[in-house]
Amino acid sequence: MATTHAVAPAANGEKEAKSFWSDGYGWKSWLLTVDHKRIAILYLISVVAFFIIGATFAGLMRLELATPKGDVVDSETYNKLFTMHGVVMIFFFLVPSIPAILGNFLVPLMIGARDLAFPKINLLSWYIYIVGGVLTLLAAVTGGIDTGWTFYTPYSSTYANGQVALAAIAVFITGFSSILTGLNFLVTIHKMRAPGLTWFRLPLFIWAQYATSLIMILGTPVIATTVFLVALERVFRIGIFDPALGGDPVLFQHLFWFYSHPAVYIMILPGMGVISDVIACFSRKRVFGYSFVAFSSMAIAVLGFMVWGHHMYTSGQSAYASLVFSILTMLVAVPSAVKVFNWMATLYKGEIHLTTPMLYALGFIGLFTIGGLTGLFLGIMSIDLHVHDTYFVVAHFHYVMVGGMVMAFLAGIHFWWPKMFGRMYPEWWGRFAAINIFVGFNLTFLPQFVLGFMGMPRRYHYYPEEFAQLNLLSSAGAALMGAGYLIVFVYMLWSVKFGLKVGANPWKATGLEWKIQSPPTTHNFESIPVVDEEAYDYGRGQAKHGKEASVVR
Amino acid sequence: MWKNIPLLPESASTIAGEYDLLWWFLVGLTVVFTALIFVGVLVLISVYRKTKDSPPATQIEGSILLELVWTGIPLVIVIGIFAWGTALYMRHSKVPENPVEMYITGKQWMWKGQHPNGTREINNLHVPVGRPIRLTMTSEDVIHSYYIPAMRVKRDVVPGRYSQMWFEPTKVGEYHIFCAEYCGTKHSQMIGRITVMEQDEYERWLSGSTGEAPEVAGKNLFESMRCASCHPIEDGQTMIGGAPARGPSMVGLFGREEELKGGAKVLVDDTYIRESILNPMAKIVAGYEPVMPTYAGQLGEEQIIQLALYIKSLKKKDGN
Amino acid sequence: MSADHSHAMPAGVLPPASHHFEDLAQQEESEKLGMWAFLVTEVMFFGALFTAYTVYRNLYPEAFMLASSNLDWKLGGLNTLVLIVSSLTMALAIRGAQTANRKVMLGNLVLTMVFGAAFLVVKYFEYSHKYHVNLMPGPTFDVAHFGEHGPQARIFFSIYFAMTGLHAFHMIVGLILMAWIYKRAAAGHYTPQRYVGIENAGLYWHFVDLVWIFLFPMLYLLGAHTSGLGAGTGGH
Repeated sequence: MATTHAVAPAANGEKEAKSFWSDGYGWKSWLLTVDHKRIAILYLISVVAFFIIGATFAGLMRLELATPKGDVVDSETYNKLFTMHGVVMIFFFLVPSIPAILGNFLVPLMIGARDLAFPKINLLSWYIYIVGGVLTLLAAVTGGIDTGWTFYTPYSSTYANGQVALAAIAVFITGFSSILTGLNFLVTIHKMRAPGLTWFRLPLFIWAQYATSLIMILGTPVIATTVFLVALERVFRIGIFDPALGGDPVLFQHLFWFYSHPAVYIMILPGMGVISDVIACFSRKRVFGYSFVAFSSMAIAVLGFMVWGHHMYTSGQSAYASLVFSILTMLVAVPSAVKVFNWMATLYKGEIHLTTPMLYALGFIGLFTIGGLTGLFLGIMSIDLHVHDTYFVVAHFHYVMVGGMVMAFLAGIHFWWPKMFGRMYPEWWGRFAAINIFVGFNLTFLPQFVLGFMGMPRRYHYYPEEFAQLNLLSSAGAALMGAGYLIVFVYMLWSVKFGLKVGANPWKATGLEWKIQSPPTTHNFESIPVVDEEAYDYGRGQAKHGKEASVVR
Repeated sequence: MWKNIPLLPESASTIAGEYDLLWWFLVGLTVVFTALIFVGVLVLISVYRKTKDSPPATQIEGSILLELVWTGIPLVIVIGIFAWGTALYMRHSKVPENPVEMYITGKQWMWKGQHPNGTREINNLHVPVGRPIRLTMTSEDVIHSYYIPAMRVKRDVVPGRYSQMWFEPTKVGEYHIFCAEYCGTKHSQMIGRITVMEQDEYERWLSGSTGEAPEVAGKNLFESMRCASCHPIEDGQTMIGGAPARGPSMVGLFGREEELKGGAKVLVDDTYIRESILNPMAKIVAGYEPVMPTYAGQLGEEQIIQLALYIKSLKKKDGN
Repeated sequence: MSADHSHAMPAGVLPPASHHFEDLAQQEESEKLGMWAFLVTEVMFFGALFTAYTVYRNLYPEAFMLASSNLDWKLGGLNTLVLIVSSLTMALAIRGAQTANRKVMLGNLVLTMVFGAAFLVVKYFEYSHKYHVNLMPGPTFDVAHFGEHGPQARIFFSIYFAMTGLHAFHMIVGLILMAWIYKRAAAGHYTPQRYVGIENAGLYWHFVDLVWIFLFPMLYLLGAHTSGLGAGTGGH
């Protein structure tokens, strides 16, 4: 822990402490704010809104798939549903969720800075996100799009129905939000760490954000250019991807996956950062093999850029190219496995508190393991030929994205909720919902592995009778999982007003963000702290934090 | 209702057995590791759960040895399954001798098939058991993907180019054909049945049809498009007036290596012929002028396949 | 990228660091790193187009040469020269800031803007010429103009307009940036102690020039040795 020159401990008393929440109440004070914490709250509201929209699409899809016949909506509507589900969830929920909400809120707090390096650019990135999001919703209500979130040409550029150009422009615009966030984090982490806070004293959350920023900066521009070309081709028939005009549709796939595969790591790496912090806190231990966990994030980011071709084994790319992509894909599994083993070793001889964030983190370990291992199936060329573009793929990436990333997001939100709002969520409901979501999730997606092996292609509105039972099971699971999310949404809202008030450090966690009052003041630190301790120094923390009122017993 | 839930796909091709072996190995690996992690986590949290009189956590920095072990073991495992999977892939990408050649054209939202004798069918494919079948496929509009789960094969069908795949059915029966690459509104109805029949039954089925053999159709096309005014179709043939032919001879062309202007070599196959018809300037054979017009827009994909089959049938007389 | 809030600072007085920075050095380092990181994303933006160019150039070498011969390499060369000179004046403007030579700084900023505008004017004439002779990809594109190579030539022009269009957009942004820098320079914001703002603007300007240095040979010189249409084609 750091020796801070002037820590203002939050009063547990009646008087409302001055915080970033009370620094202005009007619309302007929010919409023109350059405070990273307020921008994080803006993101929290908008990202959750998009999650609800995306989840609604998913719910309608599962309702439709409960029976083999298309009896809820027609095929075109169904296709628009899964396209919008993909676009909204990926570009407006998964990519921004942890970096833009938790990252924005926590990066300056964790490294002992007053704000991100470029506060105005930070606000700008939120506005860009909103413009992109509004355009996407506009595309959805003025005709929708049915290209799938992958925008494959020539279908998207020539044959598809609806507002493809508008949606492509919306994705293009949203990309800038992601680039600017990455740029801001990169500079902030490099240049604004508090004195004494060396790279290896940083929380692993920061390492994960750093690796993520690199991918955002390097990958996002490529997809921006690519979808822009699709929009141009659709409007002006310029002939870059459409073979009828002389173009090469497979080139599109290369450019698309050059971003969209690393983007998977944009989504999962920040989650891994959250898990490291949460597990350390609730085991009361330093993360086992800190530097290995840190470097494995970097290894994943670097390797992640060289595996995009594993999405294209069946597209007819050369077998030798596939071979190289295949072995690199196998290698990505190694740093991921290293992380899992280190988290487990962190539990060993710990002092484990099964709080809500910890339950989500443990769920993450299990589900991410399944998601990662099934990724190996898809990385092997011969195996992929059968299960490529089937429900096996759908199940695999939902295990990584929902089982992994959403679990991590919920872990992080619960963990830092008291820091953000100064109030605690109801713990019993938290645990109940966590278990509910875990069970519902597995019920939804385990059957899909089997469906995929049996050969059910993804993006099918009608499907053969023999797949009916497993699909029904999956739909039932989705309902259960949806109920779980609803519970979380309700009690979180409730807790903002009625939750138990907490002090600076209800979890007795280490890290600079827990040394300042909850919620923090606008300027975070009265003076910049000087750090003289290693990360996760729970050994030293045990002696110190006796007095404070705390939820952890 | 919950009885008879099928959990496995049919396996009806020569590669399905080897495929499934690797598949179940991977499933086993996944189950073992997942169980290890789940049980491990459950044991750890029950042993080290904080209680009234549990000891404080023991701080452990880490262990280089352990890190090496759990970097090394996964590394060996993934390299191992990579080698296994790649060997399988390479072995399965080699087409056996003498396959039955069939042609597939995908189009929103149907599969058109063409048999060697010209029989055509839509969304169905009849094939003989015990013979390797090679499909040469292209699309008239967007990208599709030809997928036969029971055979464990799938290949994207891309407009503007040919893609090939093969399989050898081992079991008589009817199996699914799916389109696996999303292709528009009725993607989920771009499905069909593949019917695997005994050889003699297949012959009977074929003879019941009245299609014109594709190379005969190709010959007619070759004449009606006046291809023969530049391209000889017999050995030593010259053009009207004894002038040398303006284009390369078609005799024995298929499967030959042609030398191009500039010295590069190219193997004459379906793809090369298709390109030469649609985009004649792309590759000019050494010794000839680039004078051929394009036939893009005048010939459909199926007609190009017929032309290629006709050219394939023009073998050298001495049997080479 | 400068983020300070100071208003009309008298010349020679250092503006304080923004509230969230510890000191000025930290702020300057952050701004510099931010600019470099931004340029990396710019490289990736153009990178996708360069990839597309490389792929199609290899697929259709003759069509690309033929299509390229329809670009006026003399105008392209003139623009190359204009941009190189503008990079020089930009560097001189920064030198002016470093040496507290206000006249050199402001004068060279104006020159940079003039050259930048000249580039865009030439580009305008090129574009409108292409439009009038139906070489703008789209429904009016004159495919027959290139005989057998029609569709491939259209790809060349699609890439040409995409790349030079993106570049021209960067030039326009650059001009706006320069106008803003000029305003700040005139107000005395840049001193030998603190000139990271003008330096970053310079980095951006040089980057945009550098992109053009790649575009010129790839697009204009590729077919310059063949004299316009007709050469290298077999006719219809």
